Amino acid sequence: MLEIEIDGKKLTVNQGITIMDAAHTAGTHIPHFCYHKKLSIAANCRMCLVEVEKAPKPLPACATPVTDGMKVHTASPLAKKAQAGVMEFLLINHPLDCPICDQGGECQLQDLAVGYGNSSSRYQEEKRAVVGKDMGPLVSAEEMSRCIHCTRCVRFTEEIGGYQEIGMANRSEFSEILPFLGKTVNSEISGNVIDLCPVGALTSKPFRYATRAWELSRRKSVSPHDGLGSNLIVQVKQNQVMRVLPLENEDINECWIADRDRFSYEGLNSAARLQKPMIKFDGKWHETDWQTALDYVVKGLNGVANDHGKDAIGFLASPHSTTEELYLAQKLARSFGVNNIDAALRRSDKRVAAAQQGALWLGSSIVELLAAKSVLMVGSTQRTEQPLLASRLRQSVKKGMALNVIHTSDDDLLTRVNAKLIVSPLALVNALAQVLKAAVEIKSASTMLDLSAANVGAEARAIADSLCAAESAAVVLGNVAQHHPAFAELLSLAQEIGRVTGARFGIAAEAANSVGADIAGVNPQRGPMGKAVTAGLAASEMLAAPRKAYVLLNSEIEADAYNSQQAVAAMKQAATVIALTAFKGEALLDYADVLLPIAPFSETAGSFVNMEGKLQPFNGVVRPLGETRPAWKVLRVLGNMLNLSGFDFNSAEDVRAELLAQGDIAAALNNQLSTVAANVAAGDALVRLGEVPLYQADAICRRADSLQKTAAAAAPVIALNPQDIAKLGLEAGQPAIVSQGEAEVRLQLVADAAVAAGAVRVAAAHPATQALGGLFEPIQIKRG
Amino acid sequence: MLSAQSLAKIDRELAKYPADQFRSAIMGALRIALVERHETGNTPEERCLNADVIEFVANYVGIPPVAAYEVATFYNMYDMKPVGKYKLTVCTNLPCALQGGVNAAHYIGEKLGIGIGETTADGKFTLLEGECMGACGDAPVLLVNNHKMCSFMTREAIDKKLAELE
Repeated sequence: MLEIEIDGKKLTVNQGITIMDAAHTAGTHIPHFCYHKKLSIAANCRMCLVEVEKAPKPLPACATPVTDGMKVHTASPLAKKAQAGVMEFLLINHPLDCPICDQGGECQLQDLAVGYGNSSSRYQEEKRAVVGKDMGPLVSAEEMSRCIHCTRCVRFTEEIGGYQEIGMANRSEFSEILPFLGKTVNSEISGNVIDLCPVGALTSKPFRYATRAWELSRRKSVSPHDGLGSNLIVQVKQNQVMRVLPLENEDINECWIADRDRFSYEGLNSAARLQKPMIKFDGKWHETDWQTALDYVVKGLNGVANDHGKDAIGFLASPHSTTEELYLAQKLARSFGVNNIDAALRRSDKRVAAAQQGALWLGSSIVELLAAKSVLMVGSTQRTEQPLLASRLRQSVKKGMALNVIHTSDDDLLTRVNAKLIVSPLALVNALAQVLKAAVEIKSASTMLDLSAANVGAEARAIADSLCAAESAAVVLGNVAQHHPAFAELLSLAQEIGRVTGARFGIAAEAANSVGADIAGVNPQRGPMGKAVTAGLAASEMLAAPRKAYVLLNSEIEADAYNSQQAVAAMKQAATVIALTAFKGEALLDYADVLLPIAPFSETAGSFVNMEGKLQPFNGVVRPLGETRPAWKVLRVLGNMLNLSGFDFNSAEDVRAELLAQGDIAAALNNQLSTVAANVAAGDALVRLGEVPLYQADAICRRADSLQKTAAAAAPVIALNPQDIAKLGLEAGQPAIVSQGEAEVRLQLVADAAVAAGAVRVAAAHPATQALGGLFEPIQIKRG
Repeated sequence: MLSAQSLAKIDRELAKYPADQFRSAIMGALRIALVERHETGNTPEERCLNADVIEFVANYVGIPPVAAYEVATFYNMYDMKPVGKYKLTVCTNLPCALQGGVNAAHYIGEKLGIGIGETTADGKFTLLEGECMGACGDAPVLLVNNHKMCSFMTREAIDKKLAELE
C-alpha cells in the first residue's frame, strides 16, 4: 500500500495503479478523452496532464503509476495551464460544428471545452478536413473532421471486439480513423464505439438527426433478446423509443451492450406493429374492438374444448415474454384444464422436460463462469447466441482461462482456444462422451453411463485434462446443444463430467426469459418454481401431433419452432389459432384466426430471469401503441371471461408477487436430470446444421431495419465443408437445392472449411429457409 | 498473389520474432511484398502496395488487414502511390542541403522533366524528397528503389547514374 496525496487529500492506494485510478477512488475528476477504464492505456490525448511534485513537467494521469509519497495537484496553475494548452490544440482542427452535430449536448469535448477552452480561438489558419468513412449501417462516420484521435474505437475493436476493424492510418497531421479499405465494421458489438467516441465523429446511424440528447428522458430497462439480460437505458421522446444505451452493470454487461440490444428498438417502431385486435372471417382480416376479439377467443377455446377435449389445445409461449406473462399464461392454461404448454419452442428433445427437476440455468453466476480457470462450451455458436458473453469470455481467456470447444462448426471465436473438437451434429454426443471417458480415466472415477462407443481422441483428452486440472471449471451447453435431438444425452454427459471433475455445468439460456419460463411454470411437466404438475405435451410434441387450437404468446412459430415445416402445417390444420402478438407477421396473417395486440417489453412492466437465475424487473418506458395492451392484462381478462378464479391482479407486480410467494428462484434452479440418457454412438449421414442467425432471434430484431442491413443479416446460404462438396460432386459458388421432406429450397452454395464434415449449414428462422424441416435432421442436397 | 520465394522470405521474417510478438513481422513482410511488386510490376500502379496486397500479406502474417494498413501508411518507404521503375529519393535534410542536395533534386527534376513527387510519363522514374539517410559525410545522397544508396551525387554523378538506369 502506498501513501499518496491528491489535491491535499491523503489516500492509501494499491501499488501499480495509476494517478487516474487513484483520483477516481478519491472522487477527484481529472479531465480525459482517450482514457477508458475498460480499455488499454494510450495516453495520446494528453488531456489528463497533472502536476506531480518533484516531477519536472506535467504528467499524464492515465499513464503514470503512483509512487509512495507522491503529491499530485490536478488543478494547480501548472496543471490547469497544461490542460488548457492541450484543449487549445485539440480544438485547432476540430470543426466546432456543434449546432449540427448529433453529439451536441452529450459531447465530452464540448463539456471539457467549457471548462478548459477559450471563448475564441487564436488559430486563424485553415482547418484540416477529413473525408467521411462508411462503417456500415449502424455506425456513422460521416464527419471524421471531428475526430480527436483518442483511438478508443480502435482499441475497442481490438481488445473488446476481439478483431481490429478500425485503425488509424497515416501519420501526424494526416492521421485518419478508418476501417480497412472497402470494408465495414462488422463486429456484433460494434455499436459500443458510438458510446466510446468522446466527440461526434462516430455516431449512431439509425438515430442520426432524430432528436437532441437533452430532449430525451432516460428510463431503465432490460434487454429482451439473449439470455445475458443486459441492462439498458431506453431513451424516449413523445412516447416513442428513440435510442437504447447500456446501463452499467459490472456483473452482467459491464458498460457494453450488443448491437442487437442497441438497435433492435427500430422494430418497436416498425410499421408491422399490430395496433388493433383483428379477426379473420371469410378468409379476410377485420379490425375489431377488444371485447369482440376476446369474446371470439373465449368462444373458440370453449368450442374446441367441448368438441375435441382440452388436450386438443396447445399453448406455445415465446421465451422472450416477461415472467408475469408466462406465469399468467400457464395459470390460464392449467386452470382451464390444458396441460400442453411450453416455451422451449426450438427444443426438439422432449425427454429433457420429463427428466428436469427445476429450471435449467447456467449453473453458476456469470461472474463465476468468467472467473473459472477452464470452460468447455458445447454446441454454442457463441458470437451469435450471446455476443457479449462471447466478448467477456475473450477477456477471461486473456486473464488465463482455458477455453475449450466442442461444436459443429469451427467459427473464429477471436480468441485462443485451448482444445477443440469440431464434429457433425450427429457426433456431438459422442464427442462429449469422449471427454467424459477421458475424465473418468484421469480421475480414476467410475460412471454408470455406457461409454463403450466413445473412443477418446487427443483433443478430447486435452479438454478433459484442462477441466480436471483447473481449480474451477464449467461446462456450458449452447443453443445447438439445447435444440439438438439428443439434448438429454448432452445434458446427462455434462452432468456426469461435472460430477467427475467437479466442474459446474449448465446451459447458456437462449432467450431473455428462458430461465424465467421454467420458473414461471411454462414447462409441460413443471409448474411455477419447478413444482411437478400433471404432464402435458412439449412444444415439439404439440406440433408433431397437431392440436385443434393453438394459443401463441409472442411467438412467430414459423421462425421460432425446431421444425418450421411441421409447425406451419400444424397451424394451418388447426381449427383456431389465437395469437397474442406485437406484430402482424405475414405468416401469422396466413395461419392465425385472431390477433390480439400485446405490448412488447418497452410498453409493459415485467421482469426477465437471465441465464444466471437473476430476476430483473423493469417498467414500461412508453405507453402501449394504439390499442395495444400489456399481455398480462389480456391474460387476466381472458381468465375472468373463462370464469377461472384467481385472475384479479391490479398490476404486473401483483402477478410477480404471487409467483415469488410460491418459492425461491435460487432453490428452483436445477440442472440435475432425474434419469440420464446415454446413447453415445455417433451417426454418419448428411445432417442439417440449423442455427438461428444473429438478427432473426426474436420478433423485435427481425423488424429492426438497420440490423437487417448488416453483413450478419445477409441472405442465408448453404455452407458445406469443401471436402463434402467434392465428395457430393457439387460446385461452390453456384446455387444448390436442399430439401427436407417435401420442401426444397434453392440457395447459394458456399465452401466453408469451418463447417464440420457431414453437416449442411443452413440457417434457421430466416424467411428464406422456413419451408425446411428440423434444424438437426437429415437433409438432402443436389445441384440447383 | 506473391511468389513462393517471397512467401519463403516472409516465413523467415516470422521466424525471427517470439511467438507472442509475431505481428512485428508485418514490417518485413510488407517490405518483401513491395520489392516483389516493384520488380515484377509493369506499370506504376503495379509497383506499389494496394489494398489487396496489404490484405493478403496481413492474412498471411495473421493480423487484421487494418493493422497492416496502419503500418503501411505510417512509413513512407512503403509505396502506397504509383511509382516509377526507378524511385529516386534525394535527401534534402540540412547536411545534404548544405552540400547541394536540394540542387541535386532540382537537377534530376529538370533532366527528367518532372517535379518532386512526380513520375515521368513513361513510368520509368519517380522523384521524391527524402529525410536523412545517415550518410551525411557522403552528401548529397540519393536512394534508388529504397535499397541502393548513391553517394556524392554531383551533376556528373547524376548524369552517369541516370544513364546507367536507362
